[in-house]
Amino acid sequence: MAKFTKKKDGDLPAVSTASLPDIVFMLLFFFMTVTTMKDSSLLVENTLPNATEIKKLEKKDRVIYIYVGKPTQEYQSVFGTEPRIQLNDKFANVDEVGSYILAERAKKPQELQNVLTTALKVDKNANMGLITDIKQQLREVNALKVNYTTYEGDAFNNLQ
Amino acid sequence: MPRRKGAPEVNAGSMADIAFLLLIFFLVTTTIETDAGLDRMLPPIEPPETDVIIRQKNIFTVNINKNGQLLVEDELMNLKDLRKAATAFLENNADGSCSYCKGRKDAASSDNPTKAIISLKNDRETKYSTYITVQNELVGAYNDLRNREAQRLFNRDFTEMESEYLNPETPTATRDDLKDKVKRIQDMFPQKLSEAETSTN
Repeated sequence: MAKFTKKKDGDLPAVSTASLPDIVFMLLFFFMTVTTMKDSSLLVENTLPNATEIKKLEKKDRVIYIYVGKPTQEYQSVFGTEPRIQLNDKFANVDEVGSYILAERAKKPQELQNVLTTALKVDKNANMGLITDIKQQLREVNALKVNYTTYEGDAFNNLQ
Repeated sequence: MPRRKGAPEVNAGSMADIAFLLLIFFLVTTTIETDAGLDRMLPPIEPPETDVIIRQKNIFTVNINKNGQLLVEDELMNLKDLRKAATAFLENNADGSCSYCKGRKDAASSDNPTKAIISLKNDRETKYSTYITVQNELVGAYNDLRNREAQRLFNRDFTEMESEYLNPETPTATRDDLKDKVKRIQDMFPQKLSEAETSTN
């Protein structure tokens, strides 16, 4: 029986933390691969509406973004509280949308220029008038593929 | 007395701290991809050369006013009933040429799914969220019908097939196979959702 009772008495051995860096690095690489850099800081409020019948925007290099919404608190004194358009990092008027799309399209490689999608990231409190104007501009430059970017969720939550 | 030991071991205890620092940096500066939404095609700006005559009964008109109320086929409708009404319209099948439809064959409604058009009009002051909800319901009506047919023919949902087809990571062989199936279902219920120019008052 002495076999079983003979144990090191006293302190617990210290837990080895040698593999901690490995675990953290694993987490790091996970986040590096599944996330994307914020490419432009938002100047407008951008709470997207919910929808259920959504499709994923697969390839990021084929997407041109247009943000619409009320300017955020710090810009409200200059730009007011009416919804505005944000292209890249600055506010823009409706008539600049067409030339922006053309400029962005010219930056893309030749083979992608015909398959571009315009992602409209519009705040749920914006009015359709502005969106209609943007759509008209998009039609004029023949950028007909649009994606109304939304969150996934019950669409009826939008109405509250 | 000469030393027998090799080089002293580098203390790696702070490695975890460095890695944590990097991890937190990436957590803060990046966002998880959330980009998904409703895909729509806008109509081309130049009108078609030949005028197409569409009979009134083949058009399902949806009007949204500035208060978010719906006028569907000249009648006030609750948003919750829209999907059902659109589905009924699409598969109405008045001329009996659509063998897979389960509609009521109402003579005053659409002839068959290939002729049925949904026309969506909105006011300039309509809230965007309402507009998206309506769009979602109309796309949902199409997807419901397509899913039903895909279930019957291929035992799986159309939306699932389509997303697998569009996913660039799907192997080419599977995609070629899916392409025909997706096309077939799409042709059964072609999505004809017209967005007329907005009324100004």
